[in-house]
Amino acid sequence: MAENNNLLVKLDNCGVYKSSKWIVRGISLEIHKGKIVTLIGPNGSGKTTSAKMILKILKSDEGQIKNFASKMAYVPQKINIDWTMPLRVVDFMKLTSHINNLEIVDALKLTGVDNLLYNDIHNLSGGEFQRVLIARAIAKKPDLLVLDEPVQGVDFNGEIALYNLIKKICSTLNCGILLISHDLHFVMSATDHVICLNGHICCSGTPRSIVKNSAYIDLFGEHNATTLSLYQHDHDHSHGTDGRVTNNV
Amino acid sequence: MGELQIMFDDFFTRALIAGIGIAIIAGPLGCLVIWRRLSYFGDTLSHSALLGVTLAYSFSFNITFSVFIISAVVALLLINLQKRTKLAGDSLLGLLAHSTLAIGLVLIGFLTSIRFDLMGLLFGDILAVDVEDITIVYLGGAAILLILYFIWKSLFSATVNYDLSAAEGMRPEISNFIFTLLLAGVIALSIKMIGALLITGLLLIPAAIARNISSSPRQMVIIATLAGVVSVIAGLFVSLEINTSSGPSIIVVALLLFIISLIPLEIKGQLQK
Repeated sequence: MAENNNLLVKLDNCGVYKSSKWIVRGISLEIHKGKIVTLIGPNGSGKTTSAKMILKILKSDEGQIKNFASKMAYVPQKINIDWTMPLRVVDFMKLTSHINNLEIVDALKLTGVDNLLYNDIHNLSGGEFQRVLIARAIAKKPDLLVLDEPVQGVDFNGEIALYNLIKKICSTLNCGILLISHDLHFVMSATDHVICLNGHICCSGTPRSIVKNSAYIDLFGEHNATTLSLYQHDHDHSHGTDGRVTNNV
Repeated sequence: MGELQIMFDDFFTRALIAGIGIAIIAGPLGCLVIWRRLSYFGDTLSHSALLGVTLAYSFSFNITFSVFIISAVVALLLINLQKRTKLAGDSLLGLLAHSTLAIGLVLIGFLTSIRFDLMGLLFGDILAVDVEDITIVYLGGAAILLILYFIWKSLFSATVNYDLSAAEGMRPEISNFIFTLLLAGVIALSIKMIGALLITGLLLIPAAIARNISSSPRQMVIIATLAGVVSVIAGLFVSLEINTSSGPSIIVVALLLFIISLIPLEIKGQLQK
């Protein structure tokens, strides 16, 4: 029963059918509070489509979806804001929720862009915009957070800091996180459950079990697979943005 | 009572009051039309409005009501067609705009028994509004703005990003549908005064002026509304002074304001060099 209370989303054999073919099919997964589930897979394998199904943006054409999440937040993969709309970061942060400027600044501080509060959103760099997107989702205090390649275009040090932030958010908000990522290092070291997609679920399980799976090795290659198993060391420290060892985890 | 009566007795005052009402409704809706790149959509709706007017004359309906129904039907037809055909949105808009316009014009041919002012229909006649028209504009306008206020967050978030809005429970499919009806509503309210050909101008130009000089969405809505009101007032005085037709004069004034609004952009550009 306690297990069930933590359940946020359950997909049972779901799929999306579009222009006479199945984009994804046979997707079954569960997302629980306080856990990170990661979707990995090659381009066009249906990661974003699966995420949209979970977020109720797309309807599943078969199977069953149970969604118990009361507040979902989404960091989409691509977002294009039309130049015809004057929009500052502060306006964007309030897009789907009523939050005050204090909460906004707090969230922007977490991703290191609180200085951009009144900047025109069109003039941000790709990495800065990504940080604003993540801050916006966090500021909503969701119980289910879906991040579709959240650190694209972010500099190397920033990437590590943001991934650490995502991990921290997961426990402080006690929210479930669905992450789509190409960064296998992070996926293997910090997530609870990995799902390997290629139109269907190739394999899934804990990072430790996944790297030994032959379907995973087929999909990502022997070299990556073996390199990554080496990455399964326990992190007892983290690095500041300048590379120095810090212990803020 | 007496003074109010005298005020409404003057055709020019009535025109001013009605025009300002239309401009206030057009401000926020015009911003959304610009943000969503729907200017041709507005055009299509207003062309189909002609059909609505003809039907109103044929069956002696209320014009505003008839135009609203036809515009709404065309809008929904368009959304439906977009899902079914492989044609691009602009082709479908053209198809619907011109075919409804043509049907309207063909029907006018049958209405030989009624004196029909085609020019008035295309360009409107704001100087001919009566107290009943003004009442309809203000009641209808209040309803439109009230509904817009309630769906604004959903509509706005869907304008920025549909997926994000849908994922975060803003129900954009509902607000999009209502927005279409509101657009049909503003066209219905203003057809008599501004005319089928110029309505989109009153929606678009004030919002375009506002875009040039605003840095936040709220600011843009406020400036668009003010720019519309100023255009209406100045346009009507110009038309009275130099005896030009009122609807086009309003649009010309709006265009002049647009040109002036480019100057700050130009100065800013020079300073940044």
